[in-house]
Amino acid sequence: MKRKTLRLYLLVISLALLGTATGLVLSAINSDLISYFVSPTQVTKEPVEPGRTVRLGGLVEVDSVGKLDDGATHRFRVTDLSNSVEVLYRGVLPDLFREGQGVVVEGSFNDNGRFVAAEVLAKHDENYLPAEVVKALKESGRWQEGAAATAINGSEGVDP
Amino acid sequence: MIIEIGHFALVLALVLALAQAILPLVGAQRGIRSWMLLAKPAAIGQFAFLLVAFLALVHAFVVSDFSVVIVYLNSHSSMPLLYKISGTWGNHEGSLLLWVTILAFFGALVAVFGENLPPRLKARTLSVQAMISIAFILFTLFTSNPFARISPAPFEGEELNPLLQDPGLAFHPPMLYIGYVGFSIAFSFAVAALIEGKVDAAWARWVRPWTLLSWTSLTGGIALGAHWAYYELGWGGWWFWDPVENASFMPWLMGTALLHSAIVVEKRDALKAWTLLLAILTFGCSLLGTFLVRSGVITSVHAFAQDPERGVFILAILGVALGGALTLFAWRAPVLKPGGMFAPVSREAALMLNNLFITTLTFVVLLGTLLPLIFDVLGLQDISVGPPYYKWTFIPISLPLILLAAVGPLLGWKRGDLSGALQRLWGAGILGVAGIVVAAWIDFGSEVMAALGIGVGLWLLAGTFVEWAERVRLFRTEFTESWRRMRHLPRAAYGMTLAHAGLAIAIIGMTASAAWKEEVVRQMRPGETIEIGGFTYRLEEVRGVRGPNYIAEQADFTVLKDGEFYTRLYPERRQYMVQPMPTTEAAIESHFFGDLYAVIGESDGAGAWTVRIYEEPLVPWIWTGAIVMVLGGFVSMSDRRYRVGAPSRQPAAQPAKA
Repeated sequence: MKRKTLRLYLLVISLALLGTATGLVLSAINSDLISYFVSPTQVTKEPVEPGRTVRLGGLVEVDSVGKLDDGATHRFRVTDLSNSVEVLYRGVLPDLFREGQGVVVEGSFNDNGRFVAAEVLAKHDENYLPAEVVKALKESGRWQEGAAATAINGSEGVDP
Repeated sequence: MIIEIGHFALVLALVLALAQAILPLVGAQRGIRSWMLLAKPAAIGQFAFLLVAFLALVHAFVVSDFSVVIVYLNSHSSMPLLYKISGTWGNHEGSLLLWVTILAFFGALVAVFGENLPPRLKARTLSVQAMISIAFILFTLFTSNPFARISPAPFEGEELNPLLQDPGLAFHPPMLYIGYVGFSIAFSFAVAALIEGKVDAAWARWVRPWTLLSWTSLTGGIALGAHWAYYELGWGGWWFWDPVENASFMPWLMGTALLHSAIVVEKRDALKAWTLLLAILTFGCSLLGTFLVRSGVITSVHAFAQDPERGVFILAILGVALGGALTLFAWRAPVLKPGGMFAPVSREAALMLNNLFITTLTFVVLLGTLLPLIFDVLGLQDISVGPPYYKWTFIPISLPLILLAAVGPLLGWKRGDLSGALQRLWGAGILGVAGIVVAAWIDFGSEVMAALGIGVGLWLLAGTFVEWAERVRLFRTEFTESWRRMRHLPRAAYGMTLAHAGLAIAIIGMTASAAWKEEVVRQMRPGETIEIGGFTYRLEEVRGVRGPNYIAEQADFTVLKDGEFYTRLYPERRQYMVQPMPTTEAAIESHFFGDLYAVIGESDGAGAWTVRIYEEPLVPWIWTGAIVMVLGGFVSMSDRRYRVGAPSRQPAAQPAKA
């Protein structure tokens, strides 16, 4: 076998692999496989179709945390200080979940317009606000440098 | 005072690194022997000073010196000693100092154990290593000084984040860093070889043990991290395809590819330029990972507090290191002599194919990790990329790779016999197909990928055994002869067998866990029971307990199997005293087919608690697989070929086709 032929083989295989990978990635982008990040204001303006997986980010509204009658489903509102969305979550809330604290929930809207979370994500650091939450607050015009920290610290000790 | 000594030692290490970067390189170019020889003492000295700096910081944590900013922010006098020590790297500044210290440690190791290296290659390698040191020491000093003080010194510290007060923090980051940073050696060797314009089998033999050491540590570090995320609630389980997790996975993938291609350079003197490129890109992935973790450009579950300014600095390091090395590669690679030829069906071709698959997988992970950033830059919607994306893109490409991993080792060098290899794998094939059928039957075909995953896992496990049995001619000849062969098989061969078997075991565990996990969430009062996965959980009571720096509610579960007592579980919900923040400590009990996993949530104030119980099928197989892989790495490292000064010898037992 000649060196050139060998190179040709390798080139063909590489291109085929790369092509497959790119195809898979592009089809993933075009379908429901990546979830879009939405803010409470966005979903209030343009509702997301029920059943589509999205990530919703904002602050946990103060005095909004409660439970449904079954005792295991949490109910709270996620707010960007302009609009807020009701979220239902069945499970044990992560350790850093607190009123006034930034939160990102992944899930979808049900037919009644309520957001059913499959996952509530917690950060390692309680002082760290997810970039998406900052963005949501900025878009709702409620972001002030340093203000978010006060919002969080101000509500410390409020235990749901 | 000790803190100032540490700070000063860090600066001295920088000065030594400067000398180590310049003099040996110039010496090697001009043939000034004394300048080249400077590399060794400089590398050892640089490491010694960094060690002093690091130990000074550890000392500050141990004695709770709150006049040091990061001690004040991350420690408390009431914390147990283990967490005071591990708190040293439980923050950006301290972990960066650990990073640099390990970098210098590897340099010193090469300096000490590299006696048989050609002096020029050694001088150049250590010089490149010192350049990386310079960049990261400057980064530490200018953006992240761990020795900064506050005055007046606070009386008490703010305590380490309670989530990080875990044995996981003590072992996961150091092991991960040894892996990450160790690839710098392969990088330095590659750049040095490009300057020399020469790569041969000897070069591959020198690089391989370092790559193996890094790969083994990285494997262990990732597994430890996965285990930690598994028992910590809210971190998304043992693998969440989070950017920070991917940041460690990409170098692991590329390092795996590098290990395989270096074999071809060593045995057959082929794929030389490609191997150099891989060595450069592997460390590039390590740097990219460092950037992703510390810059905050991408949202992650595992992120520390971040600072964009630091991100720019690391990006600059990444750009210079990768840009410089790749430019050098483009300029010098054509100088390399072309290597040996091989047929499209051969061991070399199989290893090449392995490399192509792995780099494609890395590309897919890289795209998934950067997509949110790309969308953001293009002004499109904000997106997040999670497990569904990887299930769709990563798994289909990795399946053929796993199939190949059983076939490749059975092919001969230069020209292999594919149908012969497949004939010997008939048993593995039957086992794999049986696995697919059984798995599909258990879950009624609802998870096609899961059935395939179990199938390829079994195929690889059986195929790996077949390859080993072929080598020792098990049952083909008298047992005494097989036994003789078993004893004389090179350690590297055993290393491969273990690593492949470990991967197979881990794949089976990961697949089962991802596909067939079950959970129950309920409000529970003492005396009530939950049934899941064939076990009955009875909540006996919830009581208050007290730890060194926390108080906790502890649940007491009795677990029954078929009405018989099985075990007791004690999950806790802790409240730390300094930082008003509850943490959940899951209780886990492993058995052969999976884990019992219980979590206690908050009380409703009227005698009931939210309880979450999981049935985690085959999760212990993931950890077992990882341990076997790590073991394989160590066994391979102990092969006498790679031992310093050991004369090379022909392996006693060659595979049948060689």
